[in-house]
Amino acid sequence: MAKRDRLSGNEAVAIALRQINPDVFPAFPITPSTEIPQYFASFVANGQVDTEFIPVESEHSSMSAAIGASAAGARSLTATSSCGLAYMWEELYIAASNRLPLALALVNRALSGPININCDHSDSMGARDSGWIQMYAENNQEAYDNMVQAYRISEHKDVRLPIMICQDGFITSHAVENIELLEDEEVKKFVGEYSPENYLLNPECPMAVGPYSITDYYMEAKRNQAEGMKHVSQVVLDVAKEYAGISGRAYGLFEEYRMEDAERAVVMIGSAAGTTKDAIDRLREKGEKVGLIKIRLYRPFPASEIAEALKNVKAVAIMDRAEGYTNHGGPLGADVMSALYRARGNALAVNYIYGLGGRDVRVEDMEGVFEALKQIIEEGGAGEAYRYLGLRE
Amino acid sequence: MSNLTEIRWHGRGGQGAKTAALLLADVAFQTGKYVQGFPEYGPERMGAPITAYNRISDTVIRAHSNIYDPEYVVVVDESLLEAVDVTAGLKKEGAILINTARSKEEIIPHLKGYEGKVYIIDAHKVSMATMGKYFPNTPLLAAIVKVTGLMDEETFLREMRASFSHKFASKPEVIDGNMAALEMALKEVR
Amino acid sequence: MAMDITKLGVKVNWKALTEGMIIAGAGTSKDFNTGEWSTDKPEFIEDKCKQCLLCVPVCPDSCIPVKDMKRGAFDYEHCKGCGICVKACPFGAITMEGVK
Repeated sequence: MAKRDRLSGNEAVAIALRQINPDVFPAFPITPSTEIPQYFASFVANGQVDTEFIPVESEHSSMSAAIGASAAGARSLTATSSCGLAYMWEELYIAASNRLPLALALVNRALSGPININCDHSDSMGARDSGWIQMYAENNQEAYDNMVQAYRISEHKDVRLPIMICQDGFITSHAVENIELLEDEEVKKFVGEYSPENYLLNPECPMAVGPYSITDYYMEAKRNQAEGMKHVSQVVLDVAKEYAGISGRAYGLFEEYRMEDAERAVVMIGSAAGTTKDAIDRLREKGEKVGLIKIRLYRPFPASEIAEALKNVKAVAIMDRAEGYTNHGGPLGADVMSALYRARGNALAVNYIYGLGGRDVRVEDMEGVFEALKQIIEEGGAGEAYRYLGLRE
Repeated sequence: MSNLTEIRWHGRGGQGAKTAALLLADVAFQTGKYVQGFPEYGPERMGAPITAYNRISDTVIRAHSNIYDPEYVVVVDESLLEAVDVTAGLKKEGAILINTARSKEEIIPHLKGYEGKVYIIDAHKVSMATMGKYFPNTPLLAAIVKVTGLMDEETFLREMRASFSHKFASKPEVIDGNMAALEMALKEVR
Repeated sequence: MAMDITKLGVKVNWKALTEGMIIAGAGTSKDFNTGEWSTDKPEFIEDKCKQCLLCVPVCPDSCIPVKDMKRGAFDYEHCKGCGICVKACPFGAITMEGVK
């Protein structure tokens, strides 16, 4: 039975974690993710979970401890934002290459500098090539649902990779909104017990983790790791299907909103997708054929599926909440355009950088993007493909 | 979306504008509404101007932007009338609620020609009389509920008592003070 | 269950590697002929040996087997020829080119 509530995104993720009752949670606070371990620490103090909660002295240590715990055979996780994620950098690669299915509750925040505490995706976009699965949420409900599904995906025998559950700092993490929660028992049953085949604390069979790989092995090791990533999409869909059965909420690799006959589309990640849906509804009332693709699974990137979804679109704007400093756009832009190229897509594509450092995105801003796409179609060319939205010129 | 009510709160860091916005979201949720309550975050500086927002609707709320054209504005600290453009985008069919000891006649000239309704409440007086300390957000919460008509007073008071009883379970005296402040504020707002 | 480490030679293809390169099982280094790395080997002169066993614990590669309180012949499969045993022997019962 679903339970209606109103919670901030951080509370929602903390409650999902209480319901999951992981084995080990090392944590170091950083805005805006601090509330997740803060709420969780109260669950520990109240005896609502039997998790080993370890306050450590840095994010380098929180991720290291989560990795150690996972290798030992425990279901582990940590939470962080921005510079905290940057400080975990080397460990991110270690977690992934050791095929450890731990979780990271990431609350997206801009990386310094200039120093800023508000939302953009520069932190997680920097980690996009680290070998982690990355999932993003539009609102508190999706952050909760993704967290509940996280371990089922990362611990799957065909996957065994760490997973990053991302939500937008402050915009969803600190906004109180309606939400439907599952019963504790339902979550417990859905997530199940973690029983790894090999683990460090197994006295029957000692194990070496992270052995040195010389040139003779390194490349084969990376290819072997990539194989786990290849299985992720199918597992995500299977887990989502099962989750829909208990929650009534359907998820895919991405959401298509009013795309059925769309001639103009926006591709984006995160909370601004909700704002874009309002813009689309307004424009649809005027008869404009506009739609949205909202990425849920960003790593691995569902390239062929997105190209297929954009097959009949005449113009597309890809929205990046992070700079790439490539002089031609951001990371999502590069991914989508390469997907279109491989699929020999015909859509005229532009890439917008938007929402950096918490810059607000209004319905009117997104209407402006669709207007720009209209112009692109009329002119028959994308023009400058590397654009900024909401910038004071 | 015609049933959507958007409210913008202007306060100073430490006055509880954010808490008031969250409490309003809370109580509106209890009456079956879809809600959003969120602050505009920056560095936390006591006394610096801050903004918080509410969206309250009968249907799902998807927009995640700040609010630029609110139906209602609440000014928690009247000194903000000079420092901040509090009526920016405020719809003239809506209203502004200001915490002040002054009269409407004295306040209106400071509203940059705002043509909509103006409500005032002396939250300092209410707060001191009922709680013995200055917490402007409790009286303002009651006042904005009355101004917006989001719910009837009886429902509001019942839900708030339940909320306070949960929040201050170990401090019953705080519950009574807050409830008295709400009841007095409902009568004092003009 | 310990894995068969001998299948992980340098000719192994990527599919045959273990997930995350983990090695499950103890004592798997025995399966590698690291003795092949050495250029010189120690020589055991049994006649001079008093079975004091001082050479045994100093060997970094555990290449001096002990049975019934007596050391036996060197395990050349794993001896890398470091010469520490030569230095440890008070009786000159181990010799090695270049080590005194």
